Amino acid sequence: MDPKMLSEGIVAGRRSAGQLAEAFDDLHPPLTEHEALVAADRCYFCHDAPCTVACPTDIDIPLFIRQIATGTPEAAARTILSQNILGGMCARVCPTETLCEEVCVRETAEGKPVLIGQLQRFATDTLMAADVHPFSRAASTGKRIAVVGAGPAGLACAHRLAMKGHDVVLYDARSKAGGLNEYGIAAYKSVDGFAQAEVDWLLKIGGITLENGKALGRELALEALRSEFDAVFLGVGLGGVNSLGVTGDEKDGVRDAVDFIADLRQATDLTALPVGRDVVVIGGGMTAVDAAVQAKLLGALNVTIVYRRGKDRMGASAFEQDLAASRGVRIITNAQPVAVHGNGSVREVEFAFTDDALTPTGQTFRLPADQLFRAIGQTLNGDGLPELDGRKIAITGAGRTSVAGVWAGGDCAAGGDDLTVTAVAEGRDAAEDIHAQLMK
Amino acid sequence: MADLTTDFVGIKSPNPFWLASAPPTDKEYNVRRAFEAGWGGVVWKTLGEEGPPVVNVNGPRYGAIWGAERRLLGLNNIELITDRPLEVNLREIKAVKRDYPDRAVVVSLMVPCEEEAWKKILPLVEETGADGVELNFGCPHGMSERGMGSAVGQVPEYIEMVTRWVKQYSRMPCIVKLTPNITDIRKPAAAAHAGGADAVSLINTINSITGVDLDIFAPEPTIDGKGAHGGYCGPAVKPIALNMVAEIARSPEMRGLPISGIGGVTTWKDAAEFMALGAGNVQVCTAAMTYGFKIVQEMISGLSQFMDEKGLTSTSELVGRAVPNLSDWQHLNLNYITKAQIDQDLCISCGRCFAACEDTSHQAIAMSDDRVFTVKDEECVACNLCVNVCPVEDCITMVEMQPGQTDPRTGLTVQKDYANWTTHPNNPGAVKAAE
Ligand SMILES: Cc1cc2nc3c(=O)[nH]c(=O)nc-3n(C[C@H](O)[C@H](O)[C@H](O)COP(=O)(O)OP(=O)(O)OC[C@H]3O[C@@H](n4cnc5c(N)ncnc54)[C@H](O)[C@@H]3O)c2cc1C
Ligand SMILES: Cc1cc2nc3c(=O)[nH]c(=O)nc-3n(C[C@H](O)[C@H](O)[C@H](O)COP(=O)(O)O)c2cc1C
Ligand code: SF4
Ligand code: SF4
Ligand code: SF4
Repeated sequence: MDPKMLSEGIVAGRRSAGQLAEAFDDLHPPLTEHEALVAADRCYFCHDAPCTVACPTDIDIPLFIRQIATGTPEAAARTILSQNILGGMCARVCPTETLCEEVCVRETAEGKPVLIGQLQRFATDTLMAADVHPFSRAASTGKRIAVVGAGPAGLACAHRLAMKGHDVVLYDARSKAGGLNEYGIAAYKSVDGFAQAEVDWLLKIGGITLENGKALGRELALEALRSEFDAVFLGVGLGGVNSLGVTGDEKDGVRDAVDFIADLRQATDLTALPVGRDVVVIGGGMTAVDAAVQAKLLGALNVTIVYRRGKDRMGASAFEQDLAASRGVRIITNAQPVAVHGNGSVREVEFAFTDDALTPTGQTFRLPADQLFRAIGQTLNGDGLPELDGRKIAITGAGRTSVAGVWAGGDCAAGGDDLTVTAVAEGRDAAEDIHAQLMK
Repeated sequence: MADLTTDFVGIKSPNPFWLASAPPTDKEYNVRRAFEAGWGGVVWKTLGEEGPPVVNVNGPRYGAIWGAERRLLGLNNIELITDRPLEVNLREIKAVKRDYPDRAVVVSLMVPCEEEAWKKILPLVEETGADGVELNFGCPHGMSERGMGSAVGQVPEYIEMVTRWVKQYSRMPCIVKLTPNITDIRKPAAAAHAGGADAVSLINTINSITGVDLDIFAPEPTIDGKGAHGGYCGPAVKPIALNMVAEIARSPEMRGLPISGIGGVTTWKDAAEFMALGAGNVQVCTAAMTYGFKIVQEMISGLSQFMDEKGLTSTSELVGRAVPNLSDWQHLNLNYITKAQIDQDLCISCGRCFAACEDTSHQAIAMSDDRVFTVKDEECVACNLCVNVCPVEDCITMVEMQPGQTDPRTGLTVQKDYANWTTHPNNPGAVKAAE
């Protein structure tokens, strides 16, 4: 074994550039045209198709697959994008195994669904490779709308509003647009700078002014936006991270998984990105899996995910769990952290086994760790927001908040799964509602 | 194991699977390999007159249509008869027949519609030791422009005339190959019969254009920007061929006329169907051109297994077995009432049956909110469309209603007795039952 793999502590260069390039390559390589035709042929063109019902953005899946099968992937892309303007990203990141593909009748029939996600990627990639933006704007309405947060929810909302003829200013606190598409999604799901390319392509609709580095609560205030604009949409996602609430949580080497992932996504040279030798990730969702798998791919020797409940309660789908296992990540369930040990830096993490009601069984164990990632959920940040429902912004109907003229959608809004595709659906629907309201 | 040997107009072969006259039989190399693979016989690629042979186009000569997974369903060709010299073919035929005496070797012929031409070629063929001749009156492209092939096959008088010459100038069995590009297949068959043919074979290819190149707006296959109609064959033509074979088989005036069934035979099952409808053997072209000679092994094993399962010991017991059950519409039993039934354990809830019946048939399938599909007996007319569109085999079946039950659609009691249109009260020309 390469001695670099064994060096202790959080160090860079555990693997060579070549090894890293291979490790972080496309999780599902794009289908060739032949593969796409073979895959498309399997679709039965179902009536009132279950896959479409399962898609949060209601893409007409049998129609777009038929369009691929008949040699018109560009038309298929239009079918997809008219419902889901981030159909390209969703094709890469949607947990299709729990959405459209789970209910595909060919999953029922043979346990092998039609490859809906990969076909969607084939269609959208074909259109985007031709550098075509298939939508145009309606005549100007003279209305101006502020969209705060340029993640999937904000982008989908802004695009739909621009299409309807409104002028949109799209604010984002970060220096790049895209939200978690740019800073959060696992690197092997969105290779070759796809997130930015998609944002650039989306903005071709026109009528959207992007303003980066502008944060609500810093440069922007909700009241001021309300008076300056005809409507406001909030798509700020979940900026905060839950803490572990155990002693030692502040030691060096303990980090939020989302920050590690953001660094990784923004790194231009992965050989310069440090990672521990013994990495422990606490949590059970997609973020935990992504942090663990990517730490492993970077060259960590031992990576362990520890989740406090049973395997079946994990937020990460069975597919994601298998992916982690196949990359050599160990998953321990029914254990919660009780202390982080170490002298300044983390050395060990102590866990207590728990039963399904989260009651400690009395047995404990320790895992060596030089790096510990918190992935136990994100929280909404900010003051002066509309009323909350629990820890997220309360909404009624298509994203209407407690404040007149303010809509919200995506992860920051209550209800719905925290998924890219859900955020797109909510942003789009809020835009339709805003349009209906403003044009009354 | 069932005995697959056949005796077709006195020509014996170890099995009923012959290769049709076409590229697979165009030369000694092919035919030897076909015999090694197990084919029972061949009809050699059609020979023409002595002298400079015909020429083929030098661009694409085939077009096709495909089903799912690019499965070839139909093939179209604009190839002519053999483009190799007559004497070369004759020499090869002789050599092959000498080495494979147990296999059928029939020679397909096409020469101008003149007595001299036929008189001249027949002795040359006879000299090879071939088992018989097949008259190609079917090729629908190219040769027909020169007054041969289907140009002859479309005029019953010519068929009869040429068949007579062949019988007159040769003692070989004579099979007349018919073109399907005609309205009533019984007419040319009857002409062949009248001319003394020992058998008919059918079908040759069907006039076709498989597609249009939408960039240059030219039919495919395209030769330098132009296309010509070709001849269609392969699985897609089987239903047409089966009907034509059966029409001849059940025609009283041609009773007993041997038929060699051709057109879309791809599996043992296709062959069994042709034979059940009256074919004494079958000829295969496209299936061999698609998958190679080896398919005959599946045909042999499949037919033997089937015959064993049915207790049939020789192919002659199979031939014509379905012919008595081929009827006219007016004689079908209108008191036979069935209803579609969906097996909920097999159903995968795709909803295709619903879309088909709701949009285009009788609104006889109900769909629940949780995607359970059920047949409404009070609406189902038993058309079978749902069965045909369902992607799961045997998921929807037609269940017969028993006499005495009430058909919820009509409110009438199902009758035990047979009754057809000829006596139906709605038929203005109904024959009144005896008082
Ligand atoms: C590590 C990780 C992996 C994931 N993997 C997947 C996956 O594989 N598949 C999937 O479907 N989903 C995945 N998700 C979930 C998915 O990324 C989110 O559900 C989705 O991005 C939510 O979109 P959004 O627009 O609501 O929020 P975000 O994508 O979070 O975007 C919010 C935007 O608002 C900006 N913002 C925040 N606060 C302010 C402010 N005060 N002022 C101005 N701008 C602000 C942010 O900079 C950001 O650009 C993952 C999430 C994480 C964390
Ligand atoms: C390329 C090609 C060439 C053919 N040439 C001849 C021919 O020379 N003589 C002939 O009688 N039939 C010819 N046929 C017709 C076949 O013998 C056969 O009748 C027809 O293809 C239908 O059978 P299939 O469906 O098994 O292919 C030809 C068919 C093809 C595809
Ligand atoms: S459920 Fe599957 S087979 Fe049916 S339309 Fe959707 S993708 Fe096609
Ligand atoms: S048999 Fe015809 S009428 Fe009856 S349910 Fe099926 S499609 Fe409808
Ligand atoms: S077509 Fe067949 S599988 Fe599909 S819903 Fe109908 S019965 Fe079920």
